[in-house]
Amino acid sequence: MKIENILATKGSNVVTARAKQSLKQAIDLLVEFNIGALVVTDEAGKPVGIISERDLIRAVARGEDVHTRLVSDVMTKKVIVASPQDDLESVMQTMTVKRFRHLPVMDKGKLIGIVSIGDIVKAQLSQYRGEIETLETQIIGE
Amino acid sequence: MAQPGTESNPLRAAIIGSGPAAFYAAEHLFKQVGLNVAIDMFDRLPTPYGLVRGGVAPDHQKIKTVTKAYAQIAGNPHFRFYGNVEFGRHLKLADLREHYHQILYATGAQTDRRMGIPGEDLRGSHPATEFVAWYNGHPDYRDLQFDLSQERAAVVGVGNVAIDVARILCRTPEELKATDIADYALEALSQSKIKEVYLLGRRGPAQAAFTNPEIKEVGEMQGADVFTLPGEVDLDDLSQAAVASSADRSLVKKVEILQGYAARKPSGKSCKLVIRFLVSPVELIGDEQGGVAKMRLVRNVLVASETGSLNAKATDQSEELPVGLVFRSVGYRGVPLPEVPFNDRWGVILNEKGRVMDPDTKQPRVGEYTSGWIKRGPSGVIGTNKPDSVETVNCMLEDLAKGAVLQPVQPEAECVADLVRARQPQYLTFADWLKLDALELERGKAVGRPRLKFTRAEEMLAALGK
Repeated sequence: MKIENILATKGSNVVTARAKQSLKQAIDLLVEFNIGALVVTDEAGKPVGIISERDLIRAVARGEDVHTRLVSDVMTKKVIVASPQDDLESVMQTMTVKRFRHLPVMDKGKLIGIVSIGDIVKAQLSQYRGEIETLETQIIGE
Repeated sequence: MAQPGTESNPLRAAIIGSGPAAFYAAEHLFKQVGLNVAIDMFDRLPTPYGLVRGGVAPDHQKIKTVTKAYAQIAGNPHFRFYGNVEFGRHLKLADLREHYHQILYATGAQTDRRMGIPGEDLRGSHPATEFVAWYNGHPDYRDLQFDLSQERAAVVGVGNVAIDVARILCRTPEELKATDIADYALEALSQSKIKEVYLLGRRGPAQAAFTNPEIKEVGEMQGADVFTLPGEVDLDDLSQAAVASSADRSLVKKVEILQGYAARKPSGKSCKLVIRFLVSPVELIGDEQGGVAKMRLVRNVLVASETGSLNAKATDQSEELPVGLVFRSVGYRGVPLPEVPFNDRWGVILNEKGRVMDPDTKQPRVGEYTSGWIKRGPSGVIGTNKPDSVETVNCMLEDLAKGAVLQPVQPEAECVADLVRARQPQYLTFADWLKLDALELERGKAVGRPRLKFTRAEEMLAALGK
């Protein structure tokens, strides 16, 4: 299975933030859209970082002022991005080993979606359920 | 009027398409305790079951037994099947909105992706799906012609459809006779002159999509030897690391089987199947008559993407493969339905979790849903459509609970029946299908085959006395 199979039922809306926005604004976006991470983009829409709820919690724990500190202060700058043709299995492996949970997807230089570890687990689960279902019907059908 | 889903006002649902996703959705709707639901299922073909009838390879009869489960679902007294009735032609979206609270599109992925290379449209170059539909007796494809007087054929792709096509090309007439392959296809393939079939994968054996039972199966064909090339099935360092760290033990087995084929010696069978890896067709070259004569292949190496996925990268080495027949099986796409928003990038209905989305407002369209390949794209096995349809039906139930359903002006079941009779008098019911099914089995028995399919709508109507 590929990343594109997940995006097909997810919609292509990616909630983004700007580097100069405050942490409070980032937190509000996460709450408003009920998501766990924001892709940080520049004026051209190119990803320059990613900011997750973890990054924000750490900042709050350090006692940083969410109204004055900026997204660029705490975001992860080195973003790993996927392409729609990437294999789910390898992506899952990489996310587990490198311990990140949100993956922006780019195609031909454009940000076209984001997949979370939850999306990937759900897809894998459906795949296994489907295989079990197929085998069961074959056994019962005989 | 009472809330839809109650005894006095049953939830009226229309399902477009009658393949696995359609039946699993119906099943999950019927399973809801305390929900009164009436389902009408429409198919543009006279017969139900979608790709189980028209896609699953005829030599995989066991996989087709899943239809028994679907027939049971269809046995529910609140289920009606309308075959030979096409959405957008006999029934428009506006008609359905007048008669149903909810509409579900489950029309599958009906067309091939193109390779996008020069010569792709030369005579002798075909989408694999057309060949599959042809040998399975699909009424729209039964009259196609394939030049089986050629000796060498290539199938581009290493998924299960590609391997089905390769296997059917390699089967002996005796093997094919034991299947429910369409009678004209059996006849044509019995005369086939094909001696060499090439399956072409752009990545390595560890990345091939086909599954182990399919790979093993081609090693056991009566009339064909199977080979791989040692240089192509030996894993590169990246693949080796990926296989070693994978939790999927079947992957190790897959590579082993494919490597085993490289060591095989010819046993004198009349046909050979060669599974190639790390090659991509870059051009089809024609002869003077405009038919495919050969294919130019470029050799690939694997490179890791940022996420660790191994992708093919072309090298400057190329070769020519003489072939007179080419089938491409490099992916599938859905076909847009009239008036239904489509996501052209993925070739699916624009949706989120199965709710059809309005492209302008980015909000769900009330009462419209989708499941199966037209929702998520072509992935998984037949059973994968069950969790997929369950997800969609759960959205339908959530929306129903919120009252976000269509408000049909004529929700009575009889009104639809009248409308269908008026628009398409030659519709088929599920009872009609059961008769056809029995007739097909009977006709098969008479000639020593599991089933002899009807392949024209007129034939089916005549057999039913309509």
